[in-house]
Amino acid sequence: MIELTEKKQIEESQNIDHKSFVLEIEDLEVYFELKKFGFQHAGFVRAVDGVDLKLKRGETIAIVGESGCGKTSLMRTILRLNKPTGGTVRFDGDVINSMNSRELKEIRRKIGYVQQDPYGAMAPFMDVQTILEEPLKINGIKDKNERLSRIKKVMEEVKMTPVEDFLNKFPHQLSGGQQQRIVIARAMILNPNLLVADEPVSMLDASVRVEILKLLRALQEEHNLAVIYITHDLATVRYFSEYIYVMYAGQIIEKAGEHDLINDTAHPYTHALLAATSDPDPKNVDEFQDVPPGEPPSLVNPPAGCRFHPRCEQMISGKCDVYRPFEFDLGDQHLVSCWLFEGNPVADDHGVVLDGEIAENKL
Amino acid sequence: MKALKNSLREIFRYPSAIFGAILILLLIALAIFAVIKIPYEEAVKHWRGSEEYVYKNPKNVPPEWYNLFSKKNLPVSFAVVAGEDKEFTKVVTVGETTSTIDYEYSFDFQYDDYPQELFLYIQSNHQTKNPFLSVVLETPTGEEIKISDFGTLNNQTYRFSQDQKLSTRLRRLYGCEVPTIKGLFSIPKSDPLEINRGKYTLRIMVTTFEENNDVRIEFVNHGLVYGLFGTDHMRRDLTIAILWGAPIALVFGLVAAAGTSILSMLIAAVGAWFGGWLDELIQRITEINLVLPFLSILIMIGTFYSRSIWIILGATIVLSIFTGAIKTDRAIFLQVKESTYIEAAKAYGASNGRIIVRYMVPRIIPLLIPGLVSAIPSYVFLEASLALLGLGDPTIPTWGKVINDARENGALYVGQFYWILEPAALLMITGLGFALFGFALDRIFNPRLRGM
Amino acid sequence: MTEEKVLRIQDLKLHFITTRGNVQAVDGVNFDLEANKAVVVVGESGCGKTSLAKAVLRLLPKNAGEYSGKVYLKDIETMALLDEEYRKQIRWVRMSMVPQAAMNSLNPVLRVGDQVAEPVIEHFNANKEEAFHQAAKMFQNVGVPVDFLSRYPFELSGGMRQRVAIAMALITKPDLIILDEPTSALDVLTQANIFNLLKRTKNDHETSFILITHDISTSSELADMVAVMYAGQIVEVSNSKQFFSNPYHPYSKKLMTSVPRLRIKTEPDFIIGKPPSLLNPPTGCRFRDRCPNAFSKCEEEPPKIDFSGDWVKCWLYEGKGDIR
Repeated sequence: MIELTEKKQIEESQNIDHKSFVLEIEDLEVYFELKKFGFQHAGFVRAVDGVDLKLKRGETIAIVGESGCGKTSLMRTILRLNKPTGGTVRFDGDVINSMNSRELKEIRRKIGYVQQDPYGAMAPFMDVQTILEEPLKINGIKDKNERLSRIKKVMEEVKMTPVEDFLNKFPHQLSGGQQQRIVIARAMILNPNLLVADEPVSMLDASVRVEILKLLRALQEEHNLAVIYITHDLATVRYFSEYIYVMYAGQIIEKAGEHDLINDTAHPYTHALLAATSDPDPKNVDEFQDVPPGEPPSLVNPPAGCRFHPRCEQMISGKCDVYRPFEFDLGDQHLVSCWLFEGNPVADDHGVVLDGEIAENKL
Repeated sequence: MKALKNSLREIFRYPSAIFGAILILLLIALAIFAVIKIPYEEAVKHWRGSEEYVYKNPKNVPPEWYNLFSKKNLPVSFAVVAGEDKEFTKVVTVGETTSTIDYEYSFDFQYDDYPQELFLYIQSNHQTKNPFLSVVLETPTGEEIKISDFGTLNNQTYRFSQDQKLSTRLRRLYGCEVPTIKGLFSIPKSDPLEINRGKYTLRIMVTTFEENNDVRIEFVNHGLVYGLFGTDHMRRDLTIAILWGAPIALVFGLVAAAGTSILSMLIAAVGAWFGGWLDELIQRITEINLVLPFLSILIMIGTFYSRSIWIILGATIVLSIFTGAIKTDRAIFLQVKESTYIEAAKAYGASNGRIIVRYMVPRIIPLLIPGLVSAIPSYVFLEASLALLGLGDPTIPTWGKVINDARENGALYVGQFYWILEPAALLMITGLGFALFGFALDRIFNPRLRGM
Repeated sequence: MTEEKVLRIQDLKLHFITTRGNVQAVDGVNFDLEANKAVVVVGESGCGKTSLAKAVLRLLPKNAGEYSGKVYLKDIETMALLDEEYRKQIRWVRMSMVPQAAMNSLNPVLRVGDQVAEPVIEHFNANKEEAFHQAAKMFQNVGVPVDFLSRYPFELSGGMRQRVAIAMALITKPDLIILDEPTSALDVLTQANIFNLLKRTKNDHETSFILITHDISTSSELADMVAVMYAGQIVEVSNSKQFFSNPYHPYSKKLMTSVPRLRIKTEPDFIIGKPPSLLNPPTGCRFRDRCPNAFSKCEEEPPKIDFSGDWVKCWLYEGKGDIR
């Protein structure tokens, strides 16, 4: 028997206080319109298709997925660089979906953004001091001395000392690690509540990655930041986050605490990701890795039902290819969207109705 | 800014750049010199060609240094004022009722051809009684030719070849009809006429009948060469046009080039950043403007509306903004727009205006500069072309105007090559200087930006 | 049974002349590679790994300075060959390369089929049909659908383009392929696929590999041997079993501890400081300033100490093995 739970009933009974969450995303949809000849409608790219996410102050979560899974669009929507097409995004309790630029400015000073490409993230014609001053100037810190003292403080925090040595340098004169430190400094300079880090170390050398991740962790602990760490590298996720969201083709297919995800993996896709992530082990040479065939699906015409079903060895015919899987609760905050776990309590039915009939499935 | 210094150092590794830079600096020096030496109002007045400014100049003569190239040594024009120029002596002898002033001027005539004309400009400050002049010319061979005796008014001009009595005297001296100036400067009764070379002395004895009656005499010789750059059909000293052409060309070229580049860039940036209907509108306007015939429109404006150089400059800029530059700049901006650091700027709250001006425009400035420098000569030539077509501003001395005057007066048919070659040479130097420098700039700035 | 060595590099040097001075990118590199095996060259960026690849393949930039040493490819000493001989006999005939960001090194205006067929036409004088036939077979080999032969690079995904680049390197059946960061920009599943392909190729085609990377974890999928490069020199060469469990050189040890592990819960460590500039490398052991075990002898250039096939360049092992 499937126990259907009314999400709304539960919410009301728990009196969810939206303000206790730094970030709260409900049923987010981000669709991009495709146009033929510049004006003819030719379908939607469903970059984010029904995502829920909650984040409290001081929590670190990771969003893991391959390129094309929608994590970049999700992140850009959190930063309101994109407008959501459906669902709600709440920041500190306020819905940001349709805020105008003035209101957004208030929100943006509370979110720090660290990008993947440290060199590209800085204007090549600005020196370090100018780069760090820009967010301050834009957000109304008029006093030059105050700006300078804040810059010095944040540079000390990211261990770019002696500060004077670096203030007049240009991005191309810094190493990759140093560049990323400046980018982090810039993200921290407005004292944000939330830090969004998009693959912050994947373009850095392996030996520098750990340095930067440690720095991020130190900053997180020091300032009690909420951090969203987006990556495709599962090995670093273990080190840096408490709770992990696995994303595939625009949807979250598994969420779990770091320990459960790695030791008690549920979804077949997560299994595949873990299997494909190598640890330095000399035995690897003799073993072939098990990789699911095919490629991630197009987001314009995703497969019916479970989006992973064409590549899944354990696909249940008639179920997985027709109905979108419910989200099942495996206990201990471990949730998975996969029909293999039918029988567990249902956390979310995504509006899918079964009953022997072809369901109203949200495609 | 340090990048700029490095770039400059790189530029001077190219000999062509150094050469171009030198030419440009020379032009700028010329322009500054022109503006200081002959202030604008002065220049315009000189260029209007009224008698008071041009009386010393002969008509249509080449510059003095022409003598270095010609087989004949042509007589140089000069003008001397008694008492002011030391060779033209003035001795006053005061008497009881009358006073005499003796003027004497000696000059050496060693040329192979005759001057065009000789003048005496006389100014006397007498009230009622006209002073009386007696003018004599002593030739190298010892003859004293009586030039004229006459009473003078307050302002009088005596033109040697218009004096009938003097022609008659010369006819008697030569035994046949002889043009006045030739008669004065030839050996008498020589056949064919041979030039009498040597020292000539002009003596003028003035008798004044009033107290403190001062007479100022200026002796003007219209030779066959004049000054640094020669003269034109209106006897205007071409030095004015040649000198003043420089600042006008440079200002016109620079303002047009800079104005067009900057405005094009800003419009492209705004269009690229905002996209949507604004971008489409700008593109369509550009496309329509590209099809319109640029020169024809300028000609129409010049013919029907105004030939003022500022109006033409304004029209040039307006018509040149919406051109190909907008399309290429926009293409670059569309790329730059996707840069990671611009996304970051949006994330920390930068406004659209700030992003366009502080984050996008600096990326394109290095590209803009070589284009700007290389475009300056095209605008200079544009102005010259318009002048050549008769649409130049008639009140302002420009190089194009000089060429136009020369063409209208058939300069090339009568061998007055200097008239065309001088402004043409300067136009070429301008073009060459900026082109060389611009190419070198291009080589420096562009390869670096290909990694965009 | 003696394993024939497919590659022996002796004292290879490649310096670059720059406006700031002489960059000693490859400064006396030595190692050997047996047939059918893969060696991974690991090191941080700026240690000279890519320059090493260029030196072995003689892909020298215009500002190349000193270029010396010996490279034995089976029986031929390639450094002694003239440029044209080298081009005809060695490059892309017996040795080929998959360069860094290979997917961006495909010519965007040519179809991928043409590009993969080109080495065959050029080096084996095959006609177009034959070459295309071979290209089609190679596509199947690397897992790219054959109808992609007529497509342009921009129509392929990153992983596909990388496979095309590998196909291009494989098509002439070389003895040795050098791969420079072959999967650095790819997703983890695609990466796994590529390494499966490389493993298969190593076994089926009897090709040897030099894999250049800074990613130690993935390198363990292919490595039979690991060579560690630091500041232009090789400081350790050991078999993979030794390296991944207990490497010799202090730098190798530090590298291993800086790798975040998925299956074991560890606190990774990082190495303080930066590698020395290749412009004026320090005398003596180049790792001296960052080494936790440095002592007085390290001011002299350390010798190579051999441990029956593996060797390390470090004073700490003096007396413990044979000095080479």
